[in-house]
Amino acid sequence: MWFFNSPEVVYGETALDYLEQLSGRRAFIVTDPHLHELGFTERIAERLRRAGLEVAVFPEVEPEPSLETVRRGAAAIRACEPDWIVGLGGGSALDAAKAMWVLYERPDVDPASINPLERYGLGARARLITIPTTAGTGAEVTWAVVLTDAAEGRKMALGSRETLATLAIVDPALTADLPPRLTADTGMDALTHAIEGYTSNLHNDFCDGLCLKAAQLVFTYLPRAVADGHDAEAREKMANAATIAGLGFGNAMAALAHALGHSFGAVFHQPHGRAVGLYLPYTIEFIANGGISRYADLAHFLRLPHTDEAGAAAALAAAVRGLARQIGQPLSVAMLGISEADHEAALERLCDFAEMDTQVVMAPRVPDRDELAQLYRYAFRGQSVDF
Amino acid sequence: MAYLFPSPEWFEQLKNEINRSEAYASSAKTWEGDFYFIIKPWGTRQEPVKVYLDLWHGKCRDAHEVTGPETKKPEFVITGTLDTYRQIFTGKLDPIQALMTRKLELQGNLGKIMKAVKATLDLVKCCGQIETQYADQV
Repeated sequence: MWFFNSPEVVYGETALDYLEQLSGRRAFIVTDPHLHELGFTERIAERLRRAGLEVAVFPEVEPEPSLETVRRGAAAIRACEPDWIVGLGGGSALDAAKAMWVLYERPDVDPASINPLERYGLGARARLITIPTTAGTGAEVTWAVVLTDAAEGRKMALGSRETLATLAIVDPALTADLPPRLTADTGMDALTHAIEGYTSNLHNDFCDGLCLKAAQLVFTYLPRAVADGHDAEAREKMANAATIAGLGFGNAMAALAHALGHSFGAVFHQPHGRAVGLYLPYTIEFIANGGISRYADLAHFLRLPHTDEAGAAAALAAAVRGLARQIGQPLSVAMLGISEADHEAALERLCDFAEMDTQVVMAPRVPDRDELAQLYRYAFRGQSVDF
Repeated sequence: MAYLFPSPEWFEQLKNEINRSEAYASSAKTWEGDFYFIIKPWGTRQEPVKVYLDLWHGKCRDAHEVTGPETKKPEFVITGTLDTYRQIFTGKLDPIQALMTRKLELQGNLGKIMKAVKATLDLVKCCGQIETQYADQV
């Protein structure tokens, strides 16, 4: 038994206008200060007002949102009593909105304890709309909630199938002004979702097609979106790719590149997409060296030259590195300017965090402690994995 | 030799498997927590089987079937059918998937378990190492 969960997805040019068709009394927008200052909030609010809704805004979500921010936002939502909560932004704002929704409906819940085993009964007071402003996280269509316990300095992967948005609005116009670096980082996140969703232990028939299509879209359109942010077709295809990949991996789980990348990002404070994308080719090689993988399907669909599974994995890893090179992403940890001494000093922590990451066991080949350390070292040097 | 699951001999064997697993010793080196594993009644059996498992820093300190009055208050209680345990031990069902689909019911802090996923997997591997005959097939 397994599940396939998805919000209603409104996508494409002018998708934002769908907001004008909502019915309700009040909407509450959760976003970050940067997007608010850039006028993104107003683009949403004006459409909600045209639908006859009063609008309130909480523009205070920080990167890697804290439990405290979630509690403050939920208190503001309770004062407003909206029937729509609108998450607007990247993964941080969308995840914060999901958690605030839980606390609005269930003030008795500790946000740090949101988990898939509880039944929360969400939806009695409000529904959630997610509107991504990047093309990568897929958070608009996943139920995952990543929050940070600021006191302990640790990230928490939370969520429940109930924390899935009612409606996701994917309008490529919102990503038109993303800078090239952010476009590249988030695009690599989408690619990692697609490849890991296809190859994770929980891969399934419902997600396979989504993951294949998303990977194809990223390889085709990410270089164009990075080279020219106002390439409307590339932006639209990347927005679609990110959401499709989100549906794919969100219902099949991510795997080893995410475990390594989460840990690395926590220790060296690197952007999520850059980190997971960096480790992706190394984990493809590691998994393929174990003899069990599904890379031939991916290579076939992506029209990469191969004759067998090992060749397919090598071709796929090379293609990922080629894409990263083309869009200016780092191919090794050393290229990020991190010294070998600092990396070695952090290695125990890197392995500790990776071992504690749920995604580590979702890979068809699970590294032991020594292999984890080796993977980090190989990725530091940019050396293809030969074990 | 196949051990009957559930039976005292099977749990003793599990303790041995855990304590000789280098993988589990490494991945669970910081784990501190004890469990009741409850197997729901099957066939004509009326009562569940309750097993106490005390796991501490990569080792199993105690594994036994609870037959008398309650004396322990373990941190976690995991409940499932005999068939669910069989599917997990034989690798047909991922234990995290079993929790998320509520085929295994958990009382206790899921967050602590989710931070020990590698240890969980290694523990399940120890179960899979035991040549097992299941009680509903006897």
